Amino acid sequence: MKKVGNPNSISRILLFSLALMLTFSVSSFAQETAAMPAAETAAPAAGAGDVAAGKALFNSNCAACHKLDGAMTGPALRGVTERHDTKWLHDWIKDSQKMIKAGDPAAVKVFNEYNKSVMTAFPQLSDADIDNILAYTSEPKAEKPAPAPGESAGAGGGEGSGVSNNIILGALALVMMMLVVMLVLVNKVLGKVAKANGIEPAHKEPVTPIWVAFARNQFLVLVTSIVLLLASGYFVYGYFMQVGVDQGYQPIQPIHYSHKIHAGDNGIDCKYCHSSARSSKSAGIPSLNVCMNCHKNISEVAEETATPEHSKAFYDGEIQKLYNAVGWDKATQKYTGKTEPVKWVRIHNLPDFVYFNHSQHVIVGGIECQTCHGPVETMEVMEQHSSLTMGWCIDCHRKTDVKMEGNAYYDKIHAELAKKYGKEKLTAAEMGGLECGKCHY
Amino acid sequence: MSSNKKYWKSVEELNDNSSIVETLRNNEFAEPIPVEEFLGDKESLSASSTSRRDFLKYVGFSTAAASLVACEGPVIKSIPYVVQPEEIIPGVADYYATTIADGFDFANILIKTREGRPIKVENNTLDGVKLSANARVHASVLSLYDSTRLKQPKIAKKSASWSDVDAKVKASLNEARTAGSQVVLLTNTMASPSTDKLIAEFIAKNPSAKHVVYDAVSESNALDAFQMAYGERALANYDFAKANTIVSVGADFLGDWQGGGFDSGYAKGRVPRNGVMSKHIQIEANMSMSGANADKRIPLTITDQKHALVKIYNVITGASVGTQKVAREEEVMKAAQQLKAAGSKGVLVSGLDDVNAQLLVFAINNVLQSQAFNPSEARLTRKGDAKAVAKLVADMKAGSVHTLIMSGVNPVYTLAASKDFAEGLKKVKLSVAFSLKEDETAVLSSIAAPAPHYLESWGDVAISKGNLSITQPTIRPLFDTRQFQEALLLWSDNSTAYYDYLKAAVTSSVSGITWNKLVHDGFYTTPVTSVASGSADYAAAASTLAQAKKAGDFELVLYTKTGMGDGQQANNPWLQEFPDPITRVSWDNYVTISKADAAKLDLENFNVANGGLNGSYITIEVGGVKLEKVPVIIQPGQAVGTIGVALGYGRKESMKQEMQVGVNAYTLYANSNANQTAKITKESGDHEFACVQLQRTLMGRGDIIKETTLDVFEKEDAEVWNPSPMVSLDHNPVKANTVDLWTSFDRSVGHHFKLSIDLNSCTGCGACVIACHAENNVPVVGKSEIRRSRDMHWLRIDRYYSSEETFAKDDEKKENFDGLFGDKGSLGGFGQLEHPSDNPQVAFQPVMCQHCNHAPCETVCPVAATSHGRQGQNHMAYNRCVGTRYCANNCPYKVRRFNWFLYSKNSEFDYHMNDDLGRMVLNPDVVVRSRGVMEKCSMCIQMTQAVILKAKREGKAVDTNAFETACSAACTSGSMVFGDVNNKADEIAKLEEDPRMYHLLEHVGTKPNVFYHVKVRNT
Repeated sequence: MKKVGNPNSISRILLFSLALMLTFSVSSFAQETAAMPAAETAAPAAGAGDVAAGKALFNSNCAACHKLDGAMTGPALRGVTERHDTKWLHDWIKDSQKMIKAGDPAAVKVFNEYNKSVMTAFPQLSDADIDNILAYTSEPKAEKPAPAPGESAGAGGGEGSGVSNNIILGALALVMMMLVVMLVLVNKVLGKVAKANGIEPAHKEPVTPIWVAFARNQFLVLVTSIVLLLASGYFVYGYFMQVGVDQGYQPIQPIHYSHKIHAGDNGIDCKYCHSSARSSKSAGIPSLNVCMNCHKNISEVAEETATPEHSKAFYDGEIQKLYNAVGWDKATQKYTGKTEPVKWVRIHNLPDFVYFNHSQHVIVGGIECQTCHGPVETMEVMEQHSSLTMGWCIDCHRKTDVKMEGNAYYDKIHAELAKKYGKEKLTAAEMGGLECGKCHY
Repeated sequence: MSSNKKYWKSVEELNDNSSIVETLRNNEFAEPIPVEEFLGDKESLSASSTSRRDFLKYVGFSTAAASLVACEGPVIKSIPYVVQPEEIIPGVADYYATTIADGFDFANILIKTREGRPIKVENNTLDGVKLSANARVHASVLSLYDSTRLKQPKIAKKSASWSDVDAKVKASLNEARTAGSQVVLLTNTMASPSTDKLIAEFIAKNPSAKHVVYDAVSESNALDAFQMAYGERALANYDFAKANTIVSVGADFLGDWQGGGFDSGYAKGRVPRNGVMSKHIQIEANMSMSGANADKRIPLTITDQKHALVKIYNVITGASVGTQKVAREEEVMKAAQQLKAAGSKGVLVSGLDDVNAQLLVFAINNVLQSQAFNPSEARLTRKGDAKAVAKLVADMKAGSVHTLIMSGVNPVYTLAASKDFAEGLKKVKLSVAFSLKEDETAVLSSIAAPAPHYLESWGDVAISKGNLSITQPTIRPLFDTRQFQEALLLWSDNSTAYYDYLKAAVTSSVSGITWNKLVHDGFYTTPVTSVASGSADYAAAASTLAQAKKAGDFELVLYTKTGMGDGQQANNPWLQEFPDPITRVSWDNYVTISKADAAKLDLENFNVANGGLNGSYITIEVGGVKLEKVPVIIQPGQAVGTIGVALGYGRKESMKQEMQVGVNAYTLYANSNANQTAKITKESGDHEFACVQLQRTLMGRGDIIKETTLDVFEKEDAEVWNPSPMVSLDHNPVKANTVDLWTSFDRSVGHHFKLSIDLNSCTGCGACVIACHAENNVPVVGKSEIRRSRDMHWLRIDRYYSSEETFAKDDEKKENFDGLFGDKGSLGGFGQLEHPSDNPQVAFQPVMCQHCNHAPCETVCPVAATSHGRQGQNHMAYNRCVGTRYCANNCPYKVRRFNWFLYSKNSEFDYHMNDDLGRMVLNPDVVVRSRGVMEKCSMCIQMTQAVILKAKREGKAVDTNAFETACSAACTSGSMVFGDVNNKADEIAKLEEDPRMYHLLEHVGTKPNVFYHVKVRNT
């Protein structure tokens, strides 16, 4: 279950190639956006409506209940003009109830099909506005951009550089080998010359090998073994000190929940979901009804959310897992009552004998969540950022000044302690934050 | 217990002589197993690839693999709510007001819940609360999580559904209605107006039905007397705070007498203020908690007590009923005179189980015009009628009871005539027992109906007249249970849910308060002043009482222990391990006997080599009924010629093995009368007690419990009755608190917590001990470990007897020792001081970690696991402790407790921490300690930290008197007060300045943060 992120050379190469790919793909998107206005300018020429204005109107008026593709509270609207004529649509949008009461068969059919949920009437929309919206819904679905030729070239380029490196290295090795061979040859030739000239090579004295000499020198042996022992002690100690420290712990969760998308891309405040961090010792794993506050309406991710690692289908599947757990039927937009609690894998585990209170740090101390949990808003998969060891806690308590201003609780104690230590700012340690019993009971 | 369930596997099984079923039954496995083929064939066995060596290799590999895997941390799952209830924030406690009414204990309480599970009982602190939580009520939260509870209905001992039960009962009721045969509802005292209404409706539907109320521990005589005097079945109320002179004749009013709960009023009058403090004279046979707190205690036999009561009656009313001479006549007469002199400031109570004696109580208090005596706000917590129960048993034996529906009673266990009852039960056509457990009665009944615990139920309780308290559930029912009221509604064809019924009944009976407010507060009071008057002939009662004659060798007084009560919570390990306040014996009941009688019968108590207390056995015989092998405790202060035995022990049914201790004294409780005549004979063998306190006297060391008399206290300087201990510095005597080995730390900044214990108002009730267990996850270790002095109580209440008549004389005797030998020799003298007097003075002293500023434990810890915080608390870091136990050895107060074993999830200690259900009571804010770790009182640092955090979050200074510990919050007598001495407005700051303040073993120089107040006796 435990997967420790280990930055090795392979991943570095992968990252590098990813970066390369990204640079190319950005340029490909740029091409796309450049192409879009051309299409848009072409559409009004057809006399139907302004797609850009239509998009804006759609997002502000319709998007709460409709999507272009896929049913929500109301039906999918892409190609709606092919299903109904424009006049009918105009009447429907302005006051659908009137049409249903009048007994328009198409209107009644749609009404019944979607659980008799009443569509808000939009008398304020002008005919031009409606035309614009309809023009937007008539836009063909943007096909997934075909891989631009640059991308494969980029990938090839990356590989090419690897190949050239190998060639250079091989060439170097070859040169080295040739040098060695030449040296041997030269030596042989010189020896032959010397023999021919009758010069005897000087006879060497038998010398004791260095390792024997080393083994005989007890002092050296002693020093070396001490050094070796100390070194191995150092490493063994290091090994044991990381036992039970799960920094970087990044388990696979039952639902692939991306903090990056929620807290990063969409900028949702941490405490919106982890609300008990304000008042409790536990920050709390949000109950599923909190998820449904937004996900009632968000049943699939946008195309742009998909990444090379995780496709749109993957993310949509994860949202479906949420629906299964909370018992939400996407089609009927109703709770089925069949729930299946999610068994998340706890990442931040403190031992039982440690008392830690989130509200103390978040509300009283005003500490950012990221101080301990790291850049959560960039984590696609949540991981344990800090070591959560006692040394780590103590270190922060020693260095961090307690936020006292504006809190009447601290008025008296601050005045007294400031006088005692002769300084305005006081650390948690000076407040008694290093005492054993403050966290262990 | 093995299950009696039978599973049908096919329709064929219904056919008795089916050959298919027979064949299948004889053939366990559908296909033959080729055992012979495999083992019989040598060749295939030797050709088998798994050799012995291979096997060992596999074992070796799996062991190595398992140990390697162990290096990995476990994967911990976290499961949030699907839909989180609005009122629950994980990690934050919620409190609900409710009322316990189990027929024996009644109290207005608050329940602390965490993530929806009740974990602790707290006192409801609103004004007007009638009864507060005692030790049993504090422990009742653990009984909710009793794994031996009845989990679903059983018909004839076989699991059934509620619809089966309904069908059976309704059929039986119909049959009884048409035949006009008797239907009986046998319940405990519910004191519930809505249930009374419901029962009346039920009786209206079933005209042949009647309601019998049965209290296991009966107050029938007192109820009869009150009915005679005031025309109503209730108990007179007393407010001892209004009394200056209290005379009790055999009433343990600080214990469970007439429902108990008088201690807070009593304690108010016991703290000397402006030279006034109440005087308490106790005339009794057993040494009770009231006797232990009395200023003057007169041990008398029951017969003598009756005559003494008549003598007092004569003195107060001026009557002249002839009485016989009693022991200690002068003291009794003096008490009578003092009571008379007190006039309306005097009060007399009696626990004599005799209707005439109870009548005299009213006569005396009425003549005195006692302010403390309050018959108008009468208590409604006992209603039982012993005569009606006796008639019911006779009816049942005669076979004239058709249907018997029981709720909250266990007569097969609690009736002396239990054999008759059991026999009668067989003749009853249908018997239904609503019970928490499959107890002695439920087992013999046709239907065992699981009832919910009070923490899972709705209800209303009228504790006293003018009071209406609400019981509300604090958790969903854990099992398939149904309330008695719910069932009654169904069985009287009323489709209303009991909650709606209750709400309608309650809202129509109260005015000026909404239902929501009522549920929030937990109770509602209206003043009651008027009282009806009856026609009681007091003079006749006095002369009848004066006829009392001693009828046998010994007079037996049956009583209830503070820990066990009537025995319905006998499977509660906290209560079993709770040491009796007087004898300090846990896990047992026993017979208490005086030293003189013990010597006559050659009974003894002695300590064996490991410190354990042993005692002889006797057999008690009451009216032909024998209770065999009852262990003996020689009780100082027991009246000669009397013995005492506690009820509530000796239960066997639906009990964990370890909890089946003691003997069932209900068998001696003939006619539900607590006073009996008994014969005793010695038995062979010795009983092994689990007694937590081995030393009985203070050995003349008056500085441990400092005490004085009211006279001295008023007239003399504080230095006389609260002398500062002196030590020698440079061969000159100096005050101990001026000398120090260490430089002192400045504690004037921030909070500085201290705990004050007033020895005057501490009654020794032990509510704090159980509250501490609940708050701090203190483990239960069991009888044999307690016997080895390995008890884990963080807070103990020491009890000391005087060796001479008074503690002052002990001190004097020790001071006057001269040389080793002779009359005043210290060798013999100390030996004498070890033995308590025949009628000793008693003192209680709660002792927990004293949180010394200069703690001896801290200096000897080799790993600095115990250290001092600047807020005054002595911290114990369990994760740092390596278990050398140096600290415990160096602690002068002996308050440190060592975990000799792992007490949780260990089948060797099969108490609540060994089952999933029982562990639900654990406080999630306090760690469960492991084996090999020292632990001790933390001064509830989790509570002080929580208060500080709340203030910080709200951005304001901590409120005055906001700090509490579990023990101080549980203390209803006001003896324990906790607070921050750096906040001069806190009560604790004033208490520290009080001249009565002293520290335990001050001369040692430990500078404790717990301090005591000198005990003043009004002799």
